[in-house]
Amino acid sequence: MKVGAAIEDAAGAERRLAEELWKVGERHKADHDVFHVTKTLAKLSRRHVELLGPHAERYSASIERVEGDPPSRPRVVDALVEKGAELAGRRPEPALILLDDLRRLYLLASEASIDWVMLAQGAQAVTDEGLLDTVTRCHDETLRTVKWATHRLKTAAPQALAAG
Amino acid sequence: MAREQAHRVDRIADPWGTRTPYARGEDWPVRIDMHLEDGATADDVEWFLSASILHSNGDEVDIAVRDGRIVGVRGDRHSRVNHGRLGPKDLFGWQANSSPDRLTRPLVREGGELRESTWDAAMERMVGRSQELLAEQGSSAFGFYTSGQLFLEDYYTLSMMARAGIGTNHLDGNTRLCTATAGEALKESFGCDGQPGSYADIDHADAICCYGHNVAETQAVTWMRMLDRLHGRDRPRLLVVDPRPTPVAREAEIHLALRNGTNLALLNSLVHELIANSWIDRDHIAAHAVDFAELERTVAPCTPEWAAEICGLDPGAIRAAAELIGTAERLFSTVLQGVYQSHQATATACQVNNIHILRGMLGREGCGLLQMNGQPTAQNTRETGANGDLPGFRNWANDAHVEELARVWNVEPRRIPHYGPPTHAMEIFRYCEEGSIKFLWISGTNPAVSLPELHRIRSILADERLFLVVQDLFLTETAAFADVVLPAATWGEKLGTFTNADRTVHLSEQAVDPPGEARPDMDIFGDYARRMGFTDRDGAPLIKWKDPEGAFEAWKECSRGRLCDYTGITYERLRQKHDIQWPCNDTRPDGTPRLYDDGGFWAHPDACESYGKDLLTGAAHDEVEYRALNPDGKAILKAADYVPPHEEPDEERRFRLTTGRTVFHFHTRTKTARAPQLQAAAPAVWVELSAPDAEELGIAEGDIVEVASARGRVEAPARISGIRPGVVFVPFHYGYWDRAGDRRGPDGRPTAANEATITDWDPASKQPLYKVGAVAVRKLAPGSGPAPAPTNTASAPAAGEAAATRGGERALVDETVLVPEHAGSRA
Repeated sequence: MKVGAAIEDAAGAERRLAEELWKVGERHKADHDVFHVTKTLAKLSRRHVELLGPHAERYSASIERVEGDPPSRPRVVDALVEKGAELAGRRPEPALILLDDLRRLYLLASEASIDWVMLAQGAQAVTDEGLLDTVTRCHDETLRTVKWATHRLKTAAPQALAAG
Repeated sequence: MAREQAHRVDRIADPWGTRTPYARGEDWPVRIDMHLEDGATADDVEWFLSASILHSNGDEVDIAVRDGRIVGVRGDRHSRVNHGRLGPKDLFGWQANSSPDRLTRPLVREGGELRESTWDAAMERMVGRSQELLAEQGSSAFGFYTSGQLFLEDYYTLSMMARAGIGTNHLDGNTRLCTATAGEALKESFGCDGQPGSYADIDHADAICCYGHNVAETQAVTWMRMLDRLHGRDRPRLLVVDPRPTPVAREAEIHLALRNGTNLALLNSLVHELIANSWIDRDHIAAHAVDFAELERTVAPCTPEWAAEICGLDPGAIRAAAELIGTAERLFSTVLQGVYQSHQATATACQVNNIHILRGMLGREGCGLLQMNGQPTAQNTRETGANGDLPGFRNWANDAHVEELARVWNVEPRRIPHYGPPTHAMEIFRYCEEGSIKFLWISGTNPAVSLPELHRIRSILADERLFLVVQDLFLTETAAFADVVLPAATWGEKLGTFTNADRTVHLSEQAVDPPGEARPDMDIFGDYARRMGFTDRDGAPLIKWKDPEGAFEAWKECSRGRLCDYTGITYERLRQKHDIQWPCNDTRPDGTPRLYDDGGFWAHPDACESYGKDLLTGAAHDEVEYRALNPDGKAILKAADYVPPHEEPDEERRFRLTTGRTVFHFHTRTKTARAPQLQAAAPAVWVELSAPDAEELGIAEGDIVEVASARGRVEAPARISGIRPGVVFVPFHYGYWDRAGDRRGPDGRPTAANEATITDWDPASKQPLYKVGAVAVRKLAPGSGPAPAPTNTASAPAAGEAAATRGGERALVDETVLVPEHAGSRA
């Protein structure tokens, strides 16, 4: 049975998504809605990893724990980017960086989404109702992140590409 | 027959005037309020039809004119809205019109200084810069930020000029700060903006619920109506949700003084209780609404105990509130800034809509739902699309709607930007900050005091890359930053229409000439459009109207067939009938007191104004999703989980900040501070603290305190009031224009509440959060007497030390009560 491997995949994708959401938020502090919404969505993704914990144990899968708090020691380059976020906020280039970041979030969230699809199929095949409930709930929230990243990119793109 | 009873009342000391109690189902008695300057009498003045411009109630006001000057006002005895009454801001605020410091000539910045200029020179400067930017960057370089205080004709001209002329959707009003959530919540629940209820529902309700709505201070006349019901027979039950002891809360049967920042937890719990106790109409829901299962699932865990913990309330009180709502036969609900300016604003406002949908309390007498507006003409900002939405409540994501608008305007559909949602105010300022908007035209609003985190806003307005045009009556804090200042005419000085919070359309006559060279806003926008050479697809001028009535007739065509249908209204009808509630058309020639009186909504996928949004992130749903959810255009039961605010109190900043208003002032006091009675009643800023918090901090009434957030600080005398412990209130009216020296900013003495507020907004409505934030409070210096806060409002002192607020001789108002034969008396 390979359900454990699928749990590891989904948990890994959500962990990477949570970390990236958090970092993108820090990088775009001057875009206040991005800063706040990414924090909210990062919390959701972290909770998904936690919710998979008990299931992982049952299938002897090992998933990396997520930190409850933001990374306490960001890499040096991240720290510089964050420090510069507010100053750089007065220049148009961050708008292009934001597009790139939103694009990457979209791809990471989509990866997590397809991992949930795979896991849901597995859960049904082994008739694990509890796992299926968790997967369905988490997947809906991940789709919300996909949707937000798409929406925010569509909103930001016209000005970022036409101006400057 | 009625007999007349005359009173002379100090309407600063008693803002709501003489009681005229009435019973359920009776007519609200008429009380005609009149205030004229010394020496003038009702018989020796000329009267002009108008409505109030200093709040959203839409009270009908007759303007008194003598020798070419406004000398007073009188409430209109025939009005359906106010039955002759006026609030204090209307009784005294008209004096600002003839203030000696009105702007009378355009100002243009030369060598760093604003200097008097001519209209030609000012317009040429604007047109020159505009043409340069259109050539260099295109329409994305332009932004327009307007008001909730202009007239319908002004907004419609601006909306068309910005979209089909310049070609930008960087267009918003300060309605974003006051009423964006009302519009958004109505779109989410009913598919389209538009207030379902009517003020007349107060006459029939057996329960009234005010959610974050200090109606006594924001719509004084509607509070008079509620008070008269509360003092009559068959009094309605009253539920109030507000952390402050407002005059409304003091009259309430149940007052839930919750922690600010927890509204959605409370509302989710109330809906939980309605479902748990079967106080809902399942047949009605099945016939008229979609997505009940999702709502039920969302509120399932939201027990009163759960919410009580979050909100800081007694679970029993939440149960009692649910019982009040759940057992009402005619439920009237209002919502305002306590909900709209908090986080999860749209989700909370939607839960109030849900209550009415679940209980079938719509479209019938007494079953009123009003998502209130803050400003007098905010409704028109929304209708005409000056708030960024497409005119006539059209859906930017629906190509058929865009094509229809393009036909009305006789332009190619691609001329109307519709590739994404409109740019909301906070994002417009963000684009100015990053330098991609280079031309910002602000009309009738004062963001240097009214937007959050003011040091940031000042730095944006001061940025040399930004060409800033400000159109106003006075040299406001914002105007002082401008490159070009344009003097505008206001209420009483121009002809036009505007619409109140219960869809009542009013005509406002020109009673006097504008001062100096000041011009109506519509004429200014039209002049710029003409000079820019904007044309339609046939090469004719884009904006074809020359006068307000022409603009109104053009707007009627734009509104044809939409929910806000004006086609049955003319200036002449408004002059005769005074007030008409839209929609008014061939099938409803006398207007419409209540929307959705036939059980149908404006929510069909082909008709709706919006396909809806995810309330947590603001991500827009698309047409396919919407059609799947709501193919038949029913009401939508939107739901969201409660999440805590992004900023909560901690060790360093232990208090929850909320900001707001007093009955005596409007916005940044540009008008009300120029009315002596109003200014004297609330002359300077204060901070409200609870008695236990003050004691712990060693603060006494009147001591100077500092309220500091992570962003900025305010200094003000302390008023020890009955506010919820842990909550601090600062009124947002007090900027810097009336100080000596630099009028643009604090200059070491910050008094504007928005120095401290957070840059954050509701993801769906994009309304900023003025009522959620963490602050530290400390004493700076001992005071010299009580704080300058009113004593007869929500800021009443906890103990009776301060001298009572009085207006004296100059605040006396004539009230004429028409006493009906069988007036309802106190129960």
